[in-house]
Amino acid sequence: MKLHEFQAKEILAKYGVPVPPGKVAYTPEEAERIAKDYGKLVVIKAQVHVGGRGKAGGVKLAKPEESREVAGKILGMDIKGLTVKKVLVAEAVDIAKEYYAGLIIDRSSQRVVLMVSKEGGVDIEEVARTNPKAIVKYPIDPHKGLRPFEAREVVKQAGLEGNLNRLASAIVKLYNAFVGSDASLAEINPLVVTADGEIIAADAKIDLDDNALFRHPDLAKLREVEAEHPLEIEASNYGFAYVKLDGDVGIIGNGAGLVMYTLDLVNRAGGKPANFLDIGGGAKADVVYNAVKLVAKDPDVKGIFINIFGGITRADEVAKGVIKALEEGLVKVPVVMRVAGTAEEEAKKLLEGKPIYLYPNSLEAAKAIVTMVGGAK
Amino acid sequence: MSILVNKDTRVLVQGLTGREGRFHAEQMIKYGTKIVAGVTPGKGGQEVLGVPVYDTVNEAVANHHIDASIVFVPAAAAADAALEAAHAGVPLVVLITEGIPTLDMVAAVKEIKDLGVRLIGGNCPGLISAEETKIGIMPGHVFKKGRVGLISRSGTLTYEAAAALSNSGLGNTTTVGIGGDPIIGTTFKDLLPLFNEDPETEAVVVIGEIGGSDEEEAAAWVKEHMNKPVVGFIGGRSAPKGKRMGHAGAIIMGDVGTPESKLKAFAEAGIPVADTIDEIVELVKKALS
Repeated sequence: MKLHEFQAKEILAKYGVPVPPGKVAYTPEEAERIAKDYGKLVVIKAQVHVGGRGKAGGVKLAKPEESREVAGKILGMDIKGLTVKKVLVAEAVDIAKEYYAGLIIDRSSQRVVLMVSKEGGVDIEEVARTNPKAIVKYPIDPHKGLRPFEAREVVKQAGLEGNLNRLASAIVKLYNAFVGSDASLAEINPLVVTADGEIIAADAKIDLDDNALFRHPDLAKLREVEAEHPLEIEASNYGFAYVKLDGDVGIIGNGAGLVMYTLDLVNRAGGKPANFLDIGGGAKADVVYNAVKLVAKDPDVKGIFINIFGGITRADEVAKGVIKALEEGLVKVPVVMRVAGTAEEEAKKLLEGKPIYLYPNSLEAAKAIVTMVGGAK
Repeated sequence: MSILVNKDTRVLVQGLTGREGRFHAEQMIKYGTKIVAGVTPGKGGQEVLGVPVYDTVNEAVANHHIDASIVFVPAAAAADAALEAAHAGVPLVVLITEGIPTLDMVAAVKEIKDLGVRLIGGNCPGLISAEETKIGIMPGHVFKKGRVGLISRSGTLTYEAAAALSNSGLGNTTTVGIGGDPIIGTTFKDLLPLFNEDPETEAVVVIGEIGGSDEEEAAAWVKEHMNKPVVGFIGGRSAPKGKRMGHAGAIIMGDVGTPESKLKAFAEAGIPVADTIDEIVELVKKALS
């Protein structure tokens, strides 16, 4: 789960990482009031769940008397398809140096890895691509945690200039915040050294591990449903793993691997999937019915491909669910199915004579549905 | 022969009294798996499916010879249950549970490895040596005894590939679902050496997925050490960047874990890559002919 910058900074502040004073505003008037309270130069920053806010014009410096106008321009702005509904109004920082400090869970080393770089304030992925040596990486022992001497060592290796103890302390606190909130990613970029030598997190990003939200009820309630596609919200109510995509072939399958494979086949056949939908293991007819209903509701969908390999899931249960949705008239587009595995014969018998195109293998079925929605694109 | 488990493997079920544990224990017993004990803290002294239940793994180990444990404990307590088995000296722990907090796994995987115990999963379907033993949740009937080892990050796709191998007459030796999470106990490159040594396994199929670098590391190992044919498959080749496709692990971040990088690594190791499940069978046949 992604957090907004202001939420990430609240977590960091709780763990003792210095952040600039700031408050959230939902209207230009609120923004002005906050800026006037501070009585000095502020930075007004769009709070949306996408990167590249600065480049899109969603981050601007303003004097208190300009803040209403500047906030007015940012609020309501569209950044990569998301409307800006709130801004962070924060005291501007007097920047002498801009560094990068981040933590991620690294699959290869199976550790939380600390990354520190002198090249802060810019797109760190770009630095990783063009100048990987500029990022010092340090895998952390999960049982010992990050100790101050380790952080000092990394700060030295990365060549950061400024008060060594303060820099290391901010990084240790960042690690404590990461572990304490069960994050999957935590970044301070830039980690600023001010003209008078203070260390401050001028911007921050934290993603939380969805699997661990159950032990952080205070953080779990920060999820913003409007940030996700309405069909994704509906799907999560049904308990489906669903992702909205931008094509026109609706996809339903059992098991994440099989559904991904089905997306691949549709792409290979020249089509574009409209979604990823995994009905999970052992699904009964009503679950399948809801899945078909959901996908059929998507106005982008011009045809549906249901790919089932029965294991724990019985193919005949799937067939019953599909038939129920068809008989209720919920589906106005062609449906292609491929069923195999447990109860395959029973499923085929049930589907006989129904308005469904049944194919013996996945690739043939993928080619057929792509033709039905208007051919390869 | 097979790897890791066979018809004589004696199995403990952690979470035997729960809905999932009980259902799958029953399926495993039907398959022929030797389930000798169960553990559910606080339910010691009961009997489920004719199997004695203990409060702790230590108690179970004191009363039975146990070769492997399969864990069906809910996510919040699953890593702890796997650690309990490892500390009790169970040499193989199969962690089925889905949705375990990632940092729990970071800590548990290191500790379990330090104890010299093999952990498979979490969030995995387990493993099966065809027509011998099933320590997992896969549909047993699609696996026929044969010549091909199978390692996979996916569930359903594994069953489908195993069924295709069985139907073609090639059949399976041991199939291991290693799990789709970012932090797992056993990766492709940990299992390839075992298949390389297994006299019954003539070829190995590696069903990979986008995300991470396990496939690349496996390819590097194959290039240096493998003396049996390996056939590859990569799922999620058309998945958009940054979208999580059900498996927490199947997500491309930046340039890491792209299908291009995996295909290149397989090509450099001389591993032919199938585009479809049916093609896996063709490529294995070709490699063995």
